[in-house]
Amino acid sequence: MRYTEKQGIEMLTSGDPIALGREANAIREKLFGNTVTFIVDRNINYTNVCKNECKFCAFFRRKESKDAYLLTIEEILQKVQETVDAGGTQVMIQGGLYPDLGLEYYENMLRSIREKFPSIVIHSFTATEIQYFAQQAGISIEDCLKRLQYAGLSSLPGGGAEILVDEVRKRVSPKKIMTEDWLHVMETAHKIGMESTATMVIGFGETMAQRIEHMEKIRQLQDKTGGFRAFISWTFQPGNTELGGEKTSGWDYMRNLAVSRLYMDNIPHIQGSWVTQGERIGQLTLGFGGDDLGSIMLEENVVRAAGTAYEMSINKMVDMIKGAGREAAQRDTKYNIIRRF
Amino acid sequence: MFTNEEYKDIENKILNGERLSREDGIRLFHCKDIAWLGAMADYVRKKKCGDIVYYNVNCHVNLTNICTSRCKFCAFGRDEDMPGAYAMTVEQAKDVVRDAMKDPNLAGLHVVSGLHPTWSFDDYLKILQDIHDEFPNLYLKGFTGVEITHFSKISGLSIKEVLEKLMGAGLQAIAGGGAEILSDRIRNELCPNKATADQWLEVARTAHLMGLKTNASMLYGHIETLEERVDHLLKLRDLQDETGGFQTFICFPFLPKNTELGKTIKQTSMWDDLRTMAISRLMLDNFQNIKAYWVMLTVPVAQVALGFGANDIDGTIHKETILHDAGATSPTALREDTIIDIIREAGRIPAACDCNFNILRKF
Repeated sequence: MRYTEKQGIEMLTSGDPIALGREANAIREKLFGNTVTFIVDRNINYTNVCKNECKFCAFFRRKESKDAYLLTIEEILQKVQETVDAGGTQVMIQGGLYPDLGLEYYENMLRSIREKFPSIVIHSFTATEIQYFAQQAGISIEDCLKRLQYAGLSSLPGGGAEILVDEVRKRVSPKKIMTEDWLHVMETAHKIGMESTATMVIGFGETMAQRIEHMEKIRQLQDKTGGFRAFISWTFQPGNTELGGEKTSGWDYMRNLAVSRLYMDNIPHIQGSWVTQGERIGQLTLGFGGDDLGSIMLEENVVRAAGTAYEMSINKMVDMIKGAGREAAQRDTKYNIIRRF
Repeated sequence: MFTNEEYKDIENKILNGERLSREDGIRLFHCKDIAWLGAMADYVRKKKCGDIVYYNVNCHVNLTNICTSRCKFCAFGRDEDMPGAYAMTVEQAKDVVRDAMKDPNLAGLHVVSGLHPTWSFDDYLKILQDIHDEFPNLYLKGFTGVEITHFSKISGLSIKEVLEKLMGAGLQAIAGGGAEILSDRIRNELCPNKATADQWLEVARTAHLMGLKTNASMLYGHIETLEERVDHLLKLRDLQDETGGFQTFICFPFLPKNTELGKTIKQTSMWDDLRTMAISRLMLDNFQNIKAYWVMLTVPVAQVALGFGANDIDGTIHKETILHDAGATSPTALREDTIIDIIREAGRIPAACDCNFNILRKF
């Protein structure tokens, strides 16, 4: 039986995270047994220039800024080469909204990667970028996605969803695409056979009802298209780290994660975000409904150093999974298992 | 909804308030159902302690890091001639406290230090007395069973006489450190130059009989077996049956960085930390309080540990050094409002307390 919105709000407001975690864990176990997956991939941020200037973002620069950059195709290919050398199977290319590049720039980027590295899966561009590309080119979202798909784009990451409630978005990212736009890009992508993930960023001062509204929108679209492979959430935490060190809250994140597994009963994979929450909370997500820990995040210098450092990273991930009493497995973008540990 | 078929017998004991056996404890350490363990510990915590979570607005004062013990799990202790070695004068110690006094809510001090090779017991005593004279309103908790054993050895006084003098100088409670694992096999291997298991327990027993409360701890995640963890908990439980003088129990996961032992041993996982917390609450049925020490656990984990049996989250600390020498990634201090926020977010009631768990302020 499916949870109602009212029940969802109750769980988020007054549910015991441990009880919810156990319920979510039982569902995870039924679906995936004792296996926890991760992927070896690399994030490539082709530009930090962005016209959106979201209030929670520390990455963007104005075009005229001194440290603004735009990678050349050669630089991007070099990064993909390093990813392949390190045993990666996927690249996630994302960037700011750089004015006036033209869709041909992205098509050319995708084609070049696919020609040189046919085995690498290109899981790239958020809905925000897709909408911007289409607008700039003066074409429909569907035509834009089809052209990118033809050039080599395999699937879409779910970023840019933040909280899918316009009232919240207008406050934190007024220039970014609104809820209906994000959902429309995803629905269109799914329709042309391009699958995606979905994300959620909590801690913007949104209400529990707004969080459930977010989950409900994703659940409804998933009922319609079935195109979401996974759901990934993380927390936004401003300023409470003035004494240094790490984030302070684990409670809210764990409860929200468990509820996301319980509420979105039609999304197969729930990913715990160790990158944003720290390795320790990341490990705990495996007891609260999470079945995947995402990427080992090949860092620039780690990739360059290749070999050893990269193995360390996989070992660390495997340790983290085994430490939770689970079996670790490397997966591809479509969640097929390609190597067990 | 919390039933775990495999552990049904233990679950029934817990729900009926029956004492768990050594075998139960060992089985619990092999349980993979972390949420069930948490739920059991949380059930006991709620029944026993209600929803109040204790914390201190406190300041750690570590008089010296020069130490004759040089335990293999420690990154704080140094020889006198090593870089970074320090020994505070009375004035320097007072300066630390004066700085901490900028927080008008500062309630007390936690004073633990190395076993200095040339300091006499009177040297330690004088610092304590001088601090107490200047700051009579601050509570004084300090010195572990290891330090007190050392004071007895270097002064020729009995444990009881040492404690009498410390109480005379203002000491109100004894810190829980130095217990490590109360097994001589382990102590001979890791820390042969300090109090034995029996000596540590004897200090606690003596203090309790004099009406001086102490804390207890366990340093785990190094060379001990899971059976040895359980045996450690049982030793504390037995003494608590005898005296009732332990106030809170603190789980310390071993932090390997910069330690001799850390060359071969990796840090415990969060999974291990939380099950150890839960099992401690379940086994130590005669302890009122279980502490989630955020310095070692990190703040988010300490918060989650409030759902795994803990009802005490330690304090603001002012500036932690011992564990940060061992690579702790947590902050070196927390603001009081941060502590209040994380307790509230967990649905509990924050209460500032003194070193004897008397509530000073409640929110």
